[in-house]
Amino acid sequence: MSSTIQTAAGPAQPMVLNMGPQHPSTHGVLRVILELDGEIVLKAQPVIGYLHTGIEKSCESKTYSQAITLTDRIDYLAPLSNNLCYCLAAEKLIGLEVPKRAQYIRVLLTELTRIASHLVWLGTHAIDLGAMSVFLYSFREREEIMKIFEYVSGQRMMTSYFRIGGLALEPPPGWLDRVRRVIDAMPGHVDEYEDLLTKNRIWMGRTQGVGILSAADVIAMGASGPMMRGSGINYDTRKAFPYSSYDEFDFNIPVQTAGDCYARYQVRVAEIRESIKIVRQAMEKVPPQGPFRAEAPGIIPPSREEMKTSIEGLIYHFKIFTEGFAPPPGEVYQAIESPRGELGVFMASDGSAKPYRVKFRTPSFVNLQSLPKLCEGRLIADVVACIGTTDIVLGEVDR
Amino acid sequence: MEPQENNKNAAVAKLREWDAQVVTEVLEFRGETTVVVPKQHLQRAADYLRSEPSLGFSFLSDITVLDRFPLEPRFEVNYHLLSPERKQRLRLKVRVAGTDAVVPTVTGIWPTANWHERENFDMFGIRFDGHPNLTRILMPDEWEGYPLRKDYPVEGYR
Repeated sequence: MSSTIQTAAGPAQPMVLNMGPQHPSTHGVLRVILELDGEIVLKAQPVIGYLHTGIEKSCESKTYSQAITLTDRIDYLAPLSNNLCYCLAAEKLIGLEVPKRAQYIRVLLTELTRIASHLVWLGTHAIDLGAMSVFLYSFREREEIMKIFEYVSGQRMMTSYFRIGGLALEPPPGWLDRVRRVIDAMPGHVDEYEDLLTKNRIWMGRTQGVGILSAADVIAMGASGPMMRGSGINYDTRKAFPYSSYDEFDFNIPVQTAGDCYARYQVRVAEIRESIKIVRQAMEKVPPQGPFRAEAPGIIPPSREEMKTSIEGLIYHFKIFTEGFAPPPGEVYQAIESPRGELGVFMASDGSAKPYRVKFRTPSFVNLQSLPKLCEGRLIADVVACIGTTDIVLGEVDR
Repeated sequence: MEPQENNKNAAVAKLREWDAQVVTEVLEFRGETTVVVPKQHLQRAADYLRSEPSLGFSFLSDITVLDRFPLEPRFEVNYHLLSPERKQRLRLKVRVAGTDAVVPTVTGIWPTANWHERENFDMFGIRFDGHPNLTRILMPDEWEGYPLRKDYPVEGYR
């Protein structure tokens, strides 16, 4: 596809353009080296690593419980998904059963996370393509969800609310009423976004037929989540390998077959609606009373009351917070469906109190690999749509 | 969990039946199956697991390296395979000596391995023989050392 234009200096050469790492549409510090023929992208090469903070290395020097705080910072738009995946991996390694009540609360909050994350994606993707108003609305609703997280865990973003064996705290009284208020209003808000975008001619023009990824390419490139389901592959970790009692919930997996940006938009919007359904069911299922973490002396810290009144409680408290606990030697891989796709944690123990190795298989990292396939041969303006539609979080790409 | 367990073992049995040489060891832990494969048979075994219709491990989730320093063989390269249709997972493990940290690439079998192998080269210094572009991916190009090796200090050298 090289240019045949003749100039005084000879045939025209393709131009190499750096997009990013400082560019608003790259959603962080992504750099894409574009080789251009006029406005047509001949080659796109993502360059990453600008946000690499060595989280996996840091985990190796912390105890199993201390490392939870680091997981928040991987995908900062879905901290609870990361908490969940890490805790599930540690629980699998230890062989720990989490009480049902904690499992339902985990499901409820991770689905709220999915909604919040998709709202950020929707707003930023729309603003990248020139639809400014959606951003203002979607961030308004996201803030309401953030307020729930703050009310429950004390933090808007870096929640660290899920702990190995259950939750950090008993949720505060009346939290379900707040969830209900937000979730009852949400379907109407999703209708509003759809009014603004779904039949919008400009939106359709910018996304339909743009960034096409075939089903075969999806599998070959390891893309997961909405990238996969937008290309007609009906796969969701919540259904294929149910964790945290997802098998008790009734929900659908939205699938589109076109494989373009518009299909992935439809999948994500439909996922918001499915998450609303799951949150509603979880609200019904969560018992008002009951344990919020497992009974496992030596692994789960005793309650404050117990620590102050019983000698065993005091010993366990002291041991857990000074040296941690040691799972048996072994390796596990735990995958969950994060808002972006398959989030996996590979955890290896050598029998000591610190993880021997923690690897985060992050969906953003793998999904970004298909970016060249999405945008090569298309216009430079479509690159912006293609980056938006992969829904990357650079903290998660670089870890 | 039982039926899935049997299915996974069926995959191991199939692999054994196809070529007994490719399975050195089978490990079971917490319901996960790991097949230890000799380095020289990795590409063949990977290709068989992907293309055999009754197995269908078409999706490579992840490649992760474990550094067992100071033990030898020092490195373990773990391949996390997924069969989306059959809803099964399988882990392949290749043991590599620290003095000869070279593994054949699987980019020809699963193109997604490209970045995973670059990451492991970057972090552990393992060379993936036949990789189309084996350069650093997360660390700067001029970086010295391989940060996730166990003999690399957490705070770095400086």
